[in-house]
Amino acid sequence: MARLTIVRAGPLMTVQDLGRPNHRREGVSLGGALDRQTARVANLLVGNPETAALLEITLGPAILRFPDRRAIAWGGGDFPLQIEGTEIAAGRAACVHAEEELTVGPARRGARVWLAISGGIDVPPLLGSRSTDLRAGFGGLAGRALGDGDELPLGGTGRPNQTERVATWGAPADWTQTSTRILVLRVVRGAEWPDFKAEARAAFLRESFVVRPQSDRMGARLAGLELRRSAEIERLSEAVVPGTIQVPNDGQPIILLGDCQTIGGYPRIAHVITVDLPLAAQLRPNDAVRFREVTLAEARAFFVERENDLDRFRVGIRLRTL
Amino acid sequence: MEIIPLGDSALLVRVDDSLGEVLAAARKLEAAKIEGVCDIAPAFASVAVFFAAPRDLAASAAEIQRALRRRSRAGSKSLKPSLHQIPVCYDPEFALDLAAVAKHCRRSPNELVKRHAAAEYRVRCVGFAPGFPYLSGLPRELATPRRPTPRVSVPAGSVAIGGAQAGIYPLSSPGGWNIIGRTPLRLFDATREPAALLRTGDRLRFITINRDQFEQWPA
Repeated sequence: MARLTIVRAGPLMTVQDLGRPNHRREGVSLGGALDRQTARVANLLVGNPETAALLEITLGPAILRFPDRRAIAWGGGDFPLQIEGTEIAAGRAACVHAEEELTVGPARRGARVWLAISGGIDVPPLLGSRSTDLRAGFGGLAGRALGDGDELPLGGTGRPNQTERVATWGAPADWTQTSTRILVLRVVRGAEWPDFKAEARAAFLRESFVVRPQSDRMGARLAGLELRRSAEIERLSEAVVPGTIQVPNDGQPIILLGDCQTIGGYPRIAHVITVDLPLAAQLRPNDAVRFREVTLAEARAFFVERENDLDRFRVGIRLRTL
Repeated sequence: MEIIPLGDSALLVRVDDSLGEVLAAARKLEAAKIEGVCDIAPAFASVAVFFAAPRDLAASAAEIQRALRRRSRAGSKSLKPSLHQIPVCYDPEFALDLAAVAKHCRRSPNELVKRHAAAEYRVRCVGFAPGFPYLSGLPRELATPRRPTPRVSVPAGSVAIGGAQAGIYPLSSPGGWNIIGRTPLRLFDATREPAALLRTGDRLRFITINRDQFEQWPA
């Protein structure tokens, strides 16, 4: 079986797909690529099913060596990505040959990229997914982050649809370059929104918050104006989801990301809307972030619009590969 | 009962703080086959309903309301909770906080173990970590506050007391509960179906085993 060599893994590289959406009653996190949209688009560009496993690469620099000819495509933060010195733009399928090396990063802006490889990463699925659950230690390669010298099994390529070095056609840039200089995340109100003082609610939607270093795939921890509640009420733990913004007693919000727990007891001031989760996945320490409130109807409309765009993109891909 | 949005793709159904209410609601929601639902997860006094994508949550909430008003026909007999016998070794090497808990409760360690193993427990919720059961039924006199500083790593299988609740750490993880023993059972195994040994509503008893039995317990 063809094996991809991780020559250099960088700070954090994991195998991910679209995660485990139906095991929460067992306490299993959703997990998966923190930017599901980019994961799907990158897979489509190389002719994979959208659910194929790919690499989530944090910050870089990382180096991969290929066993045979493959199509690759990537998206996410603003990273340099090169195959043997040729720069490959985000959202463009590219061809990499046997024994060639692909280098990723270091990041210019943003935190993560998703790299799809034709054939996908063929580790065994567990609970319906190949995603690495780092906290619980299962999935991906032996339930852990990839290290230098690791080898990953690749699936069969079938008919590689990419033979030129870089495709002349690709995905829209705003899909595949998701890091922006001033980040505004759109949110809907959380269950405990009314429990916060009026000043705290106003500050939450006005002030900038800075990402703290203790951030990971479970959550982006922020620092800023202290968000106080009118009364400190202890609550029974209830469900939380990726995008939930919870505020522990220190008043400093945490944006939960894909590997977050299934339940939590901290008050939920707001939730990042689904279409903006890819932006939250690009936050890295010292980045600034602000929040803007939208309605549930708007959140849904943004999602429907993006899905319609993605549908057209799928049709476009199919027409090109006939 | 109230239904509130949890972001743009999930709804939280709040019920009374009672295991019976939670289980009944979860059962009705499962049976209702509500459109677009990808997961249903019970907690202590709520059931979360997750959708595969953002949708009209007001319409889904109305559908949930209708489902919950239905008389449950899925007879309780078919869903009788399982009773698990969980072997526990209270050996001092495993029971990192047994002495401290005994002191707090003003009982001898032997007395504490006897009372802990004599009670019947119920799984109120599975969460915190994959397969972690929050257990009700801890004898009141054994309630002990969590440790002021959580341990960086609690060994897998650790049987614990956190306030008025009991629990078992399925995987090695950080944790602040008091450790009084260890089970050789694997509470969570992703290669198994279902992966979690215990489910919300299950009944449970601890059976005392000695160190030899622990070491020889079949994997």
